[in-house]
Amino acid sequence: MSEPVHADGHHDADSGMDEGRRDFLFMATGAMAAVGTAAAVWPFLSNLRPAADTLALASTEVNVASVGEGQSITVVWRGKPTFIRHRTSKEITEAQSVNLSDLPDPQADSERVKASDAKWLVIVGVCTHLGCIPLGQKTGDAKGDYDGWFCPCHGSHYDTSGRIRKGPAPANLAVPPYEFVSENIIKIG
Amino acid sequence: MNLKSISSSLFAGIILLACSGTFSTIAVAAGAQKESACTPRELPAIPERKWSFQGIFGHYDHDSALRGFEVYKGVCASCHSLNLFAFRNLAALGATEEEIKGVAQEFEVPAAPNDDGEIVARKALPSDHFPKPYPNLKAAAAANGGAIPPDLSLIVKARADLEAHVPKILGGYMTPPAGCDIPEGRYYNAYFPGYQISMAPPLLADAVTYNDGTPATVEQMTVDINNFLAFVAEPKLEERKQTGLKVLIFLIILTVLLYLAKREVWRKVH
Amino acid sequence: MSSPEFSNPIVRWIEYRLPVFSMLHHEMHEYPTPRNLNYMWNFGSLAGFMLVVMIVSGIVLSMNYTAHVDYAFASVERIMRDVDYGWLVRYIHMNGASFFFIVVYIHIFRGLYYGSYKAPRELLWILGVVILLLMMATAFMGYVLPWGQMSFWGATVITNLFSAIPLIGENIVTWLWGGFTVDNPTLNRFFSLHFLLPFVIAGVVILHIAALHQHGSNNPLGIDIKNKGDTLPFHPYYTVKDLFGVGLLLTIFMAVVSYAPNYMGHPDNYVEANPLVTPAHIVPEWYFLPFYAILRAVPDKLGGVIAMFAAIAVLFVLPWLDRSPIRSAKFRPVYFVLFWVLLADCILLGFCGANPAEGIWVVLSRIGTVYYFAHFIILLPLLSLYERPIDLPLSISNPSPSGSNA
Repeated sequence: MSEPVHADGHHDADSGMDEGRRDFLFMATGAMAAVGTAAAVWPFLSNLRPAADTLALASTEVNVASVGEGQSITVVWRGKPTFIRHRTSKEITEAQSVNLSDLPDPQADSERVKASDAKWLVIVGVCTHLGCIPLGQKTGDAKGDYDGWFCPCHGSHYDTSGRIRKGPAPANLAVPPYEFVSENIIKIG
Repeated sequence: MNLKSISSSLFAGIILLACSGTFSTIAVAAGAQKESACTPRELPAIPERKWSFQGIFGHYDHDSALRGFEVYKGVCASCHSLNLFAFRNLAALGATEEEIKGVAQEFEVPAAPNDDGEIVARKALPSDHFPKPYPNLKAAAAANGGAIPPDLSLIVKARADLEAHVPKILGGYMTPPAGCDIPEGRYYNAYFPGYQISMAPPLLADAVTYNDGTPATVEQMTVDINNFLAFVAEPKLEERKQTGLKVLIFLIILTVLLYLAKREVWRKVH
Repeated sequence: MSSPEFSNPIVRWIEYRLPVFSMLHHEMHEYPTPRNLNYMWNFGSLAGFMLVVMIVSGIVLSMNYTAHVDYAFASVERIMRDVDYGWLVRYIHMNGASFFFIVVYIHIFRGLYYGSYKAPRELLWILGVVILLLMMATAFMGYVLPWGQMSFWGATVITNLFSAIPLIGENIVTWLWGGFTVDNPTLNRFFSLHFLLPFVIAGVVILHIAALHQHGSNNPLGIDIKNKGDTLPFHPYYTVKDLFGVGLLLTIFMAVVSYAPNYMGHPDNYVEANPLVTPAHIVPEWYFLPFYAILRAVPDKLGGVIAMFAAIAVLFVLPWLDRSPIRSAKFRPVYFVLFWVLLADCILLGFCGANPAEGIWVVLSRIGTVYYFAHFIILLPLLSLYERPIDLPLSISNPSPSGSNA
């Protein structure tokens, strides 16, 4: 790292440490400086993560007492629309009777709902293709070929379990972590 | 040239640093009030207190600060807002999730508009901020004879006497000196600028009942509320001081190594 | 200057198209630096380091800051409370401003002591004064952003300075504000300019360095480089020395950030701006205090404003006020004394600026102001005529006196 000085000769040639110790000193200093720089970068990157107040809003409680059979509501969870559907028995049968090998993303309906409350379907209403919001929540909406949801952006069809059936989307609509805290109150997140 | 010039540059820097600080402190000291009939003949004694959050290893007294929250909730909150404080912040003082939820549920906050577009009240959640006592500043002034009770979120950092401020105000009530007229609805306080304060002496013994059974004396409540308000003003103080210590140890070692490397590189020049 | 040969083919490919490696090699290995620079010469690189610290921390802060009168104060407090390491980045930025000024003021006084502004470095000096002005503008606008009481009233008072301009003053102030008082439009434009100006500073810094490298650094003896024995290559000698300086500065800086982050701040700025109530004592940040004292020393609105700006303007013409051919104060016995008196005068003015403009402080700030201008306009030109310098050394590597005065 250092080169000999073009000193004009009248300085003492050598009186300090030997080569080995000198190299060790330079390496140790360089290593410390590198570690320090890396450590200093961390807080600045960490700064961009979701802040504590954002994380604190990560769960939402919803009262579904007023959602009648065949109706859907849209609630906001982590800033994303979340669909809660009170399924009819016809829809439940449709969802359960599908041959799993026909599905692009095979998943049984029973894995997507709570066994005790198969009528309630809770899914994140964001198309797994490129993030649009599928239609199907309102009565007049196009529900697609499988009676569930239809994404107007690029034509993905979802069934009554929110599973992808046709179109470019690669995966089923996500099921968020949720639980029934009482008979009519769902806590999402 | 080495040590002499390092020390002279260090000296220059530290002098400037010291000046920069004293400039501001002097400015504050210069704000002393002019003599008047109301100038207290003798200031009420405020005990010298050592706060756990001072010093290099400073940390909050969590139990005391949690009791201070009880004092805020039971006494101060009826007039003073604490806008920057959310219930979830109590977790940093060691309160459990259940406890925080329980406290939050004692309060109501406006909910998002319902399907009919009406805003109804809902129970507060840990993520909610402590509800304000007044909807706006006009309402606050109207309810307090024209004086607006200041928000307490930053009170410990926003007054020149810092952590001494709240105890001084709380302990500064006394009989006014002869010849000093205090109008109706005002109180004489030796530590308040102008000596007239609109706040009645807020702390009376047993104004709150502490959950942990600590007797709620005025002295106890003063210490507790100040610990709590100091926490609300600077919630990251513990993290700052702990991180700072590690960073400084690292930097001192690195700087010594850099000095040795510098000396080694320059050895042949001198 | 011969271009070095590079063996790495990628380096060669780039070098052929964009000669960055030979430039780097030139600056690091060939750029001759006087061998006798003392630690006072560290403050240039330290100032550059602080500029980088300020830009990096500022950009990260801006990602969580909201420039709106209703949200600015709360958004800063959210950074302090909820954003991961937000308190650290904010305190770094807040104290970084003070440290930037500490470093730059030492850098300026070093230039004054060793006569670094003299020929052929006049433009280097003038570019430095431009940087100082830009820094002041940036710091002033940045202080407004947290929207505390001092932010608001500082902005009000300083923008009102322009109302002293005859005839069009009021119109200029309204134009600066974008309204009839300091308000949301003001906050927005200050945020925009506060973001822009540091990059302008960085640009002028590049010019400052280009001008520096034209004739190289001055040195404690203030004499020109005579031969190769007077110099050292920049790398590794001054790189390692500058890095040591950075380590020392960072240690002190982080000690303040960790244990006294509000020492240089003002408590009133933790009270949200209230356009209806002025704090009992409005004081600018410490680095403006000497100028603030000069402003208040003159008992006339326009006069005060002119005096304040003149206090900086006089630095632009300094190379032509001090006609002495000797640079370093080491060889100018009278200038040596005047230098220290000037420094003391600036510190006195700082204390005057911090105190209310009444009683003894008014008198002191007037004396301080008169002396400040007398130093530059009267004493330095006279000194050039009458001072008898001490004999200069023959060269940097041979410090025996030459026996002549030039």
